[in-house]
Amino acid sequence: MKLLYFALFRARIGRGEEELAPPAEVRTVGGLVDWLAQRGPGYRAALADRRLVRVAVNQDYVDFDHPLAANDEIALFPPVTGG
Amino acid sequence: MIRVQREDFDPGAEMAALTRGRHDIGGVACFVGLVRDMAGEKPIRAMTLEHYPGMTEKKLTEIEAEAHRRWPLQASLVIHRFGRLEPGDRIVLVITASAHRQAALESCQFLIDWLKTDAPFWKLEETPSGGEWVSARDSDESAKKRWL
Repeated sequence: MKLLYFALFRARIGRGEEELAPPAEVRTVGGLVDWLAQRGPGYRAALADRRLVRVAVNQDYVDFDHPLAANDEIALFPPVTGG
Repeated sequence: MIRVQREDFDPGAEMAALTRGRHDIGGVACFVGLVRDMAGEKPIRAMTLEHYPGMTEKKLTEIEAEAHRRWPLQASLVIHRFGRLEPGDRIVLVITASAHRQAALESCQFLIDWLKTDAPFWKLEETPSGGEWVSARDSDESAKKRWL
């Protein structure tokens, strides 16, 4: 699946996007966040406080219990600050 | 209509274009957001607005459609800039036009409140101690909740 990171998350993780294939037991957005947080200190720092993690699947906001599909575009980012 | 762009905009020219030739519009409301030179106690030299191309346009289109569902609007326009902006620069423009003032004024406030919490933009401020990502404010979330 394609993962996108924005703003502080991109800065901490060190890249704006990557293709990853999480193991089969990762079935939800929440599971994906848990799995990503173990990939390294940058990921852990970005995703430490789940209340400050927003997720969009195929450009729509979703909750952590949203199921994953192989061809999803998944974006992780902090709460938005536009306007 | 929505536009996401790096370039500046001219609020007067946009308002004139939106209402040109229309005789069914009785009231136009306009909100312009500007870059301040202070964030609390910290001086700001500039800020850079990042966004999520694709999702930004999608969310702004949805928010605008929701405004048209709730109020009888004749026309509307949302412009949001991205890239590096300096104090005094324009960031965002919301214009709403209706037969009567109440729909124009209310929907204008609705649009700016909702885009602040739903449109995927992030601000990186240049402060004397370096670049700092702006944190979301609880007051923005409560401003949105007034419309739920």
